[in-house]
Amino acid sequence: MKLSGRKIFKGIAEAEAIVTKDGISFYGGVDPDTGKVVEVGHELEGKSISGKVLVFPSGKGSTVGSYTMYRMKKNNTAPAAIVIKQIDTIIAVGCIISEIPCVDRIDINNINTGQIVVVNGSEGTVEVK
Amino acid sequence: MKLTSEEQDMLDGKYGKSAKKSMEILATLGEIFDAECMVDVVGVQIAGVSYANLGEAGLEFLSEMAEDGKVRVLTTLNPAGMDRENWQALGIDKEFAKNQNRAIDAFAKMGIITTCSCTPYLIGNTPHFGQHLAWAESSAVCYANSVIGARTNREGGPSALASAIIGKTPKYGYHLDENRHGEVLVKVNAQVKGTDEFGVLGKIIGDKLVELGKKTPYITGISRATVEELKSFCASVATYGGTALFHMEGITPEYNKYPKPSDIIFEINQDNLDKTRLELIDDDINIDFVSIGCPHASIHEIGKIANLLKGKKVKKEFWITTARPTKRIADEAGYSKIIEDAGAKFAADTCCVVAPIKGRFKGIMVDSAKACYYGRSKNKFKVKIGSIEECIEEATG
Repeated sequence: MKLSGRKIFKGIAEAEAIVTKDGISFYGGVDPDTGKVVEVGHELEGKSISGKVLVFPSGKGSTVGSYTMYRMKKNNTAPAAIVIKQIDTIIAVGCIISEIPCVDRIDINNINTGQIVVVNGSEGTVEVK
Repeated sequence: MKLTSEEQDMLDGKYGKSAKKSMEILATLGEIFDAECMVDVVGVQIAGVSYANLGEAGLEFLSEMAEDGKVRVLTTLNPAGMDRENWQALGIDKEFAKNQNRAIDAFAKMGIITTCSCTPYLIGNTPHFGQHLAWAESSAVCYANSVIGARTNREGGPSALASAIIGKTPKYGYHLDENRHGEVLVKVNAQVKGTDEFGVLGKIIGDKLVELGKKTPYITGISRATVEELKSFCASVATYGGTALFHMEGITPEYNKYPKPSDIIFEINQDNLDKTRLELIDDDINIDFVSIGCPHASIHEIGKIANLLKGKKVKKEFWITTARPTKRIADEAGYSKIIEDAGAKFAADTCCVVAPIKGRFKGIMVDSAKACYYGRSKNKFKVKIGSIEECIEEATG
């Protein structure tokens, strides 16, 4: 199945999807050293997002989150790509400075955790294998 | 979004690496928010300066941008994590100080004025009515849009830096007339007075806006407000409500430019103010830290503090956080000596929100509703709000 959305940041990545219905705050909500979600009560609490295609509805929290994403990229703990329902400034800027492929305006109900997906940030498409 | 040929060249890397990265940020934001074009900005205010927030990664990003990045417009900085001259006396460790200075040096290398203040509008980054800006620092954004009538969105650290390097910002949001009208009519039926009470008012309005899912209040019933009261109000309403713009009848310059909202009306009386004030006073608080200057204290406030402290001694840790240029004026006016003779300390360039002071104190007393929010959430302090007079009484009593 190929889903079409909007390109946010270029690049192609193929990896396992990790999907959540909760918003993500990279600043404070994700540990940049381990790549694990640490927000108490979050659907993904304790799970690693490193090297995966992170699929979620929207970002939240402090603008410092963009720098957290950059730090994850440098630590090799960043997601391989980001698929988001509705992009915001923090996630967009985080993807651009960290060079993480990103597509938004995707119906994330079509993607399940564990599926292999190909994100094409240059075309704005997400292929579920 | 339409790009000029120069903008396209920047995006293609013809103006260097930093300009390319900056244009990528601005062009993407422009696409996301349906901007038609870029608009020139006259000034930039950058947030994300404290090493406590930047971390090594943020610092690395800044260092890379500083390799060939130079700002094209007047650009100033938000508070850092420490007083750049007096950090040792304020208990900041050496390693932190070293890293903080590395961050500030990277900003300086790009041609940024390293003022380190959340009140750029008091110290020379002072736009006039209608000018376009790219400011981060939510309280300053609110002040610029509302009190000055300039135009800026709420930028983050990297997008503000990108605008500084390009000299432009995508034209959407608060840059456009259509997004600047009031959405909620707030009728204040009380005589609001003092920085603390204006902060309490900001919390009431901010909380209500979040509940309503609205951003821009149109406030009536305030007959007078000082610069200091307005800066406190801006900080509070931005913290609690995410508000970037308000109109205040008879006070702010655009209040009669747009129609008064009439479908959503919300009233505030003295009883509401008193009740909300109690929400900013924790039970069983044991105050061991008093801090004034969130947002950074003006020279007028420092003069007032000097007057109140004259001949007294503080018995608790007492910080006055301000911009370094304001501190220099205070030195020349003789205020600093009076204040320091009383045992109070200046913490210039920094503030009680961004300094790494978590765990050092148990209870903080402030005149700022914004400082209450971050004192609780970020530093895990118990908090108490009071007027400047009450803060000084607490410290000296």
